[in-house]
Amino acid sequence: MSVLVYTESDQGKFKKVALEAASYAKAIANELGTTTTAVTINADDTSELGKYGVDKVLKVSDPKLESFSAKSYADVLKQAAEKEGTKVIVVSSSINSKYLSPILAIGLDAGLVSNVVELPLSSSPFIVKRTAFTNKALEQCQINTDVKIVALSTNSFGLIENSAAAITEDFAPSILDSGVSVKSVDKATDKVTIADAEIVVSAGRGLKGPENWGMIEELAEVLGAATACSKPVSDLGWRPHSEHVGQTGKPVACSLYIAVGISGAIQHLAGVSASKVKVVVNTDPEAPFFKAADYGIVGDAFEVVPALIEKLKDFKLQNA
Amino acid sequence: MKILVCISHVPDTTSKINFTDGDTKFDASGVQFVINPNDEFGLTRAMWFKEKQGASVDVVNVGGPETEPTLRKALAIGADAAIRVNGPATDGFSVAKQLAKVINDGNYDLIIAGRESIDYNGGMVPGMVAALTNSNFVTNCIGLEIEGNTATVSREVDGGKEVVTAELPLVLGGQKGLVQESDLRIPNMRGIMMARKKPLTVHEPVETSSETNSVSFEKPAAKGAVKLIDADNIDELLDLLHNEAKVI
Ligand SMILES: Cc1cc2nc3c(=O)[nH]c(=O)nc-3n(C[C@H](O)[C@H](O)[C@H](O)COP(=O)(O)OP(=O)(O)OC[C@H]3O[C@@H](n4cnc5c(N)ncnc54)[C@H](O)[C@@H]3O)c2cc1C
Ligand SMILES: Nc1ncnc2c1ncn2[C@@H]1O[C@H](COP(=O)(O)O)[C@@H](O)[C@H]1O
Repeated sequence: MSVLVYTESDQGKFKKVALEAASYAKAIANELGTTTTAVTINADDTSELGKYGVDKVLKVSDPKLESFSAKSYADVLKQAAEKEGTKVIVVSSSINSKYLSPILAIGLDAGLVSNVVELPLSSSPFIVKRTAFTNKALEQCQINTDVKIVALSTNSFGLIENSAAAITEDFAPSILDSGVSVKSVDKATDKVTIADAEIVVSAGRGLKGPENWGMIEELAEVLGAATACSKPVSDLGWRPHSEHVGQTGKPVACSLYIAVGISGAIQHLAGVSASKVKVVVNTDPEAPFFKAADYGIVGDAFEVVPALIEKLKDFKLQNA
Repeated sequence: MKILVCISHVPDTTSKINFTDGDTKFDASGVQFVINPNDEFGLTRAMWFKEKQGASVDVVNVGGPETEPTLRKALAIGADAAIRVNGPATDGFSVAKQLAKVINDGNYDLIIAGRESIDYNGGMVPGMVAALTNSNFVTNCIGLEIEGNTATVSREVDGGKEVVTAELPLVLGGQKGLVQESDLRIPNMRGIMMARKKPLTVHEPVETSSETNSVSFEKPAAKGAVKLIDADNIDELLDLLHNEAKVI
């Protein structure tokens, strides 16, 4: 009966979204009067999960699961759910969790709802609130199946500490052949990703050309932030496509989003508006982004950004 | 090679989103509908396989008669034939069931869908279709080559990309990168004329149920006014971010 949560790890370490999913699963388990079971795949130290309310860990360690496969991972979760007699499964909105959850849903005849932003509004009927129309609306959605899968939006619930035992049990499911083989991976390991970043520094066409991105990278470095850009900037080849954020690019749901020289077109705003605090730097006081921002500076990026970098360096020294 | 491109019919990205019937239904009045952008990238890549490798390309939508202009647009871009499964698209699962039937009946080798549709943002139809038809599945695709029975696909992962291979039949969730923005085609007069003569077949839906249903919609709470800070007063911004917003 316990609520099952998939706690994703990377190089053996839990991702922040996994701990958020665990916190959320614990809160649902409390409402349903049951316990929380986490499934880990090739994670090192599972005791950390207790801090976020996990009562039991099903620890899967198998070299065949070394590279992520949606099909085989979904099947592992299916076996775990069946073993536990689970009715509610929680996953995060990471790229991989989004990849596997529809396969898991079919495997378990479970109704799946993505982009969920709050605890269920009611458990019978089971109704959750999710974002739709790329953050332009919220939808209440009812799941009618016996088993339910809830995919939690990143940074919508937060990490909640909740001490529990996290008793670890080794779990050795059968492993399906994935059907998809990974040939090469090209990942910058030294940079924070847009998906994981607390802070994202983003710049648009207002920067005039790719040669001016040095200050954006420096600002990101001082803040420990990821860098991003508007769509035309990636279409023009000034920055890689992987930095394109917005409705047709990557979604951003960070704590602090700093937009420099971005006008704030509706398609851009839709994709970044789930971020908690937005700061805009733009020469044009009429730029639409000011209406969607929390803090704004009307000014020239080429003056404001270098000044901001200097002040932040001092600030970091004082608050170190 | 037989390719099927799944087309979702969505409000244009600039649309104002409103609801009717006591906030239980999307208000389509005055809204311009388009091919879901992620599907348009997939359709454009499919045109390349048609022109360079002799593939046939069908498009499919699950929806009411109002989606036909969107399917005609896909025909005008160059698809050979269109299928509309005549049923409301009630949830991801029921749409996937209808698509699985079309795929099994049509013996398609490659099914190109989008990473997600920009209306309900479910992000689940392609994965469900793959599971229902027992096909291989790769999503967040930003590059695709096919040789014989093997597809080589680049896909976006957190912080980078990876290259994978998979045998056909294969279901893809595509996005920008599959082709570039500048490769997208605007239908020309000849394409539009030809599209009128191409087959658009209506299939009756198979019996299925919805696993989830919409209860109601609401707009996000209005945002408070922006606090403007003088460009010469960066200290104030840092103070606000530190003490008020608590994000640095
Ligand atoms: C189907 C579709 C999907 C789209 N999806 C996306 C998406 O996902 N993401 C996205 O970003 N866009 C998307 N767009 C594009 C979007 O409509 C805008 O064109 C785009 O966001 C504008 O980018 P920008 O703000 O960088 O450029 P611009 O609109 O050109 O704005 C540049 C801004 O920089 C300011 N500026 C100029 N000089 C300076 C300076 N020295 N200092 C400070 N500010 C300065 C200007 O005042 C202006 O506000 C989409 C469009 C369509 C049609
Ligand atoms: N009603 C539909 N008809 C045909 N294809 C669809 C439909 N809904 C979704 N799809 C396909 O599935 C993808 C993902 O949609 P979704 O799961 O709704 O986010 C879309 O980009 C389409 O390719």
